Amino acid sequence: MEALVASAIGVMTAAGVYLILRLRVFPVVLGMTMLTYAVNVFLFASGRLAVNMPPVLREGVDTYTDPIPQALVLTAIVISFGMTSVVVMLALGAFVEAGDDYIDLDGEAEK
Amino acid sequence: MSPALIAALPFLGAILPGVLIRTGRNNTAIAAGLTSGLALLGLLLHLPAVMAGEVIRTSFNWIPWLGLNAEFMIDGLGMLFATLILGIGILVILYARFYLSSKDPAGQFYTYLLLFQGAMVGIVLSDNILLLLVFWELTSLSSFLLIGYWKHLPEGRQGARMALTVTGAGGLAMIAGMMILGNIAGSYSITDILAARDVIQSSDMYVPALVLILLGAFTKSAQFPFHFWLPHAMAAPTPVSSYLHSATMVKAGLFLMARLWPVLSGTPEWFYIVASVGLLTMLIAAKIAIFKDDMKALLAFSTVSHLGLITFCFGLGTHAGVVAGVFHIINHASFKAALFMTAGIVDHEAHTRNLQRLGGLRKLMPVTFTIATIATLSMAGIPLFNGFLSKELMLEEASHTAWMANDWLVPVLATVAALLSATYSFRFLWAGFMGPVRDDYPHKPHDPNFGMWASPAFLTVLVLLIGLLPYVADQVVQTAANAVVGGGLAPVHLAIWHGITPALVMSVIAVAGGIVLLALYRPLRAMWQASPRPEAKDIFDWCMARCVALANGLTAGLHTGSMARYLLIFVTTVLAVGFWAWSGGTQGPQTREMLPVSVVSLVGWIMLVTATLCVAAFHRNRFLALVLVGIVGLVISVCFVYLSAPDLAMTQISVEVVTAVLMLLALNFLPKVTEAETSNFKRHFDKVFSVLAGIGAGSLIYALMMRDFAFPSMSEYHLANSYNLAGGDNVVNVILVDFRGYDTFGEVIVLGIAALVIYALTEALLNGTGSRKLIAWRPDTLRAGDKHPVMMLIATRVMMPIALVFGVFIFLRGHNLPGGGFIAGLIVAIALLMQYMASGFAWTQARQKIYYHQLIGVGVLAAGITGVGAWFNGKPFLTSDFGYFKLPWLDKFELATAMGFDTGVFLGVVGSVLLALGGLSRLARRAAAPGEEHAAHILAEKPEARTVADASMVSYPQGTPVPKRWLTRNEDGSLEDRDLMERDKHRDTNEGDH
Repeated sequence: MEALVASAIGVMTAAGVYLILRLRVFPVVLGMTMLTYAVNVFLFASGRLAVNMPPVLREGVDTYTDPIPQALVLTAIVISFGMTSVVVMLALGAFVEAGDDYIDLDGEAEK
Repeated sequence: MSPALIAALPFLGAILPGVLIRTGRNNTAIAAGLTSGLALLGLLLHLPAVMAGEVIRTSFNWIPWLGLNAEFMIDGLGMLFATLILGIGILVILYARFYLSSKDPAGQFYTYLLLFQGAMVGIVLSDNILLLLVFWELTSLSSFLLIGYWKHLPEGRQGARMALTVTGAGGLAMIAGMMILGNIAGSYSITDILAARDVIQSSDMYVPALVLILLGAFTKSAQFPFHFWLPHAMAAPTPVSSYLHSATMVKAGLFLMARLWPVLSGTPEWFYIVASVGLLTMLIAAKIAIFKDDMKALLAFSTVSHLGLITFCFGLGTHAGVVAGVFHIINHASFKAALFMTAGIVDHEAHTRNLQRLGGLRKLMPVTFTIATIATLSMAGIPLFNGFLSKELMLEEASHTAWMANDWLVPVLATVAALLSATYSFRFLWAGFMGPVRDDYPHKPHDPNFGMWASPAFLTVLVLLIGLLPYVADQVVQTAANAVVGGGLAPVHLAIWHGITPALVMSVIAVAGGIVLLALYRPLRAMWQASPRPEAKDIFDWCMARCVALANGLTAGLHTGSMARYLLIFVTTVLAVGFWAWSGGTQGPQTREMLPVSVVSLVGWIMLVTATLCVAAFHRNRFLALVLVGIVGLVISVCFVYLSAPDLAMTQISVEVVTAVLMLLALNFLPKVTEAETSNFKRHFDKVFSVLAGIGAGSLIYALMMRDFAFPSMSEYHLANSYNLAGGDNVVNVILVDFRGYDTFGEVIVLGIAALVIYALTEALLNGTGSRKLIAWRPDTLRAGDKHPVMMLIATRVMMPIALVFGVFIFLRGHNLPGGGFIAGLIVAIALLMQYMASGFAWTQARQKIYYHQLIGVGVLAAGITGVGAWFNGKPFLTSDFGYFKLPWLDKFELATAMGFDTGVFLGVVGSVLLALGGLSRLARRAAAPGEEHAAHILAEKPEARTVADASMVSYPQGTPVPKRWLTRNEDGSLEDRDLMERDKHRDTNEGDH
């Protein structure tokens, strides 16, 4: 299971990094979303994986998974929505004002 | 009074001028003067003890682990300097009251002056070199404000910048030097350092420390070759010049040399650096001063020269040299401050201080002339004035100092310097005050009122007193010099007549030579004009221009405006650092077993990886990419469920929905496909880096997951106390609302700010030039034939109450079962969002009266008030309480104050999500609405804004927020609301047109 999660994080990170290196706004926003997924799952996985051990206290059960990364990731998910919407709004504003959706100042296509 | 309080008083008093300036300049000056006076009184109360050889100390810890403690002490040296600073400060405050014109902002002046005064007193009373450094930098900053006080004058601004650059750079060097010194001595306390002379002088780092500290001292005290800033700082108002540049700030460097004299002096390095620089400065500056026409410039160079003299005295490394230096500090402060004030008076009265245009002031300004004469003769070193006494001591020391085994060099140069000094002094007096009365002054001069000449007159009284009765200064000089040398000084006896000594001969030569040179002034000046003179300001400006060009080049080279490049640099750096850390570190053994892989999880993994790769591969087709990202998000939600994180799964899936709506709204405007514009090379290049980053992240988390925690996790505490302390079973929710409630509070605020930012951006777009573009915007894809399908409309309206109840349910159970404010807020936001999507923005908006800004505000307040509630129970912010209650017909249930907090979270999330998405949909509406109704967005959201926006709407009866086109104009001209259904129909046909 760990191998699956780790490889999924790796794939999402790779896709995210590739997308944020594009030159238009939309792929960059997609890339940030992918990176957000990767980072959230990464943080979550740092609490180690556990199946059927939700951190909700019950009678007669005394092993639970680590609740702290979950609490951290929960707010991170919500905050990342706020961040994405601000970026999208900035991108839209730039698009409406400037007429294109390049992320570079001079619209330079090549580095 | 505590030494710390003495240093703090000017800082505290600095508030007064700003507050009192509205009550008049007199009150401001009085407040500033009283502050200084109080500090001086407090200081002088310690005088008897200090004279008796005691050192008054006070200290309290500031940052003990850094060695930075607020340690203050008053010894003889500190007492002398602090008295000069505060005493002359009072005189300057009085003088400035009459000097500054009514147009000058006097409140600012006195505030700056007191800040400076506090910083100076701090320097001289510090018993910790780190604390001293803090005050040292404060003097640089506050003197910058004072020099640039006349902001409208370019010279003032340039001079201030130059002074700040030079003294600031020196200060940096000094910080390094002090650090070295502190490290050698093992303590930053000055008392400890002074006791560690042998350790310091035998250390390898002694010379670097010495050079760095001297750099700081020389720049501050304008020693050659850093002397050039001082004359340019003369663009400051004269009170500033007389305070900073004669009596105090420029003496800070000297103070430092005196303070560290016991540990630093006595070595050949000290002698050859300090004494040589001092002698050279004394000579060069005196030579330049002779040929300056501006009275203040002449005095400025003369100051540099005299500072060189004192530096030279300290540089000799002998007790007698220290006595001469300390004595000259007192004498110079008295006559030079008086002279600056005199120059200011002349400038004030004659509207010029150019010696070429002056002369004959003796008859027009007799009082000023008297003051100037006494002070000038003292500066020239004429007997019966105090300047003579200390100059004699200096010459006496110089007469038996050998430089590189050369017996005559130092005495001769010192005599020449004294001669030049006499020359410019005589010239100041002669060209300014003697000669015939002229009739071409820019302004007819006469003596100023008493307030203006009182301060310099008082100083000249001191000049005469010490000059005529030198023994009154015996005790002061004795105490201060004894503190400098660290005790063991032979008793000091100051006297006018020592017999025919070499020093007397040298003095006579100097004065006689001075008169001769003055007589030969014209030919000398012609020679001077003909000789090449390097202008320090030009060199400085050139250096500055090179530095600026270099910085610009560097910035432009790095900061090209290409975000892709920054991100690439960032990714590369992270990779490199990660690789470096990995290759240099070791891994512990694997301690955890891998969990078995179930079929479902394998399927999920395949979906996720496929979708992710497809996003990267097909990202140019933006809709497809969006759908694929949605798949990734859903798989992750399921993954959270599987891996024991129900709260996360619920949050993720709700956020997924709102994100999808957000992206779709954005995509409404943006192009639907991304053109391929990067070269194959860049794409492959990026792929390599992305794959490397992916491998890095994946292997890092794999390594982490296969090992147990290196340290005991604090989760144990949370699991154990969740129920006992916070009364909740859902530990994640308890952490959010209770254990880490502060974080959550901040996060809700951040989310609210993000929503408000979006709102502000929307407003800017709707009201700026973008508005017209939006109105002219035409969709690039086909619109749906039926914008609001009946099926969806009915379904969402039926769903609405159910969704709301579900939201409340999720909220209420949150403390004990998966759920809570965040998730409930998202669910309710989605329920409302569905109404907007199904029935249209206007329809929905007309039916709800909630302003989302307020919702955010109420949410943050609710959370905050719940937190504050804990104070009334004497608990820290956000401590929660809970209890169990029983209502008839219902089971026992729990109420926790955390619920109030969670309500705040809930409201904040609902408000933020809807405000953010509402902003985007307003843009869409603007783009879809006919041009003439550009105010619709405001009307829809702010009924009260409507009446302002359009006068024809004033009489609209109900105040319902509706756009104008929903109204029918009756025949008599009144407006009437159309039927709601008709409105919607009207709106839809309108939109259908486009």
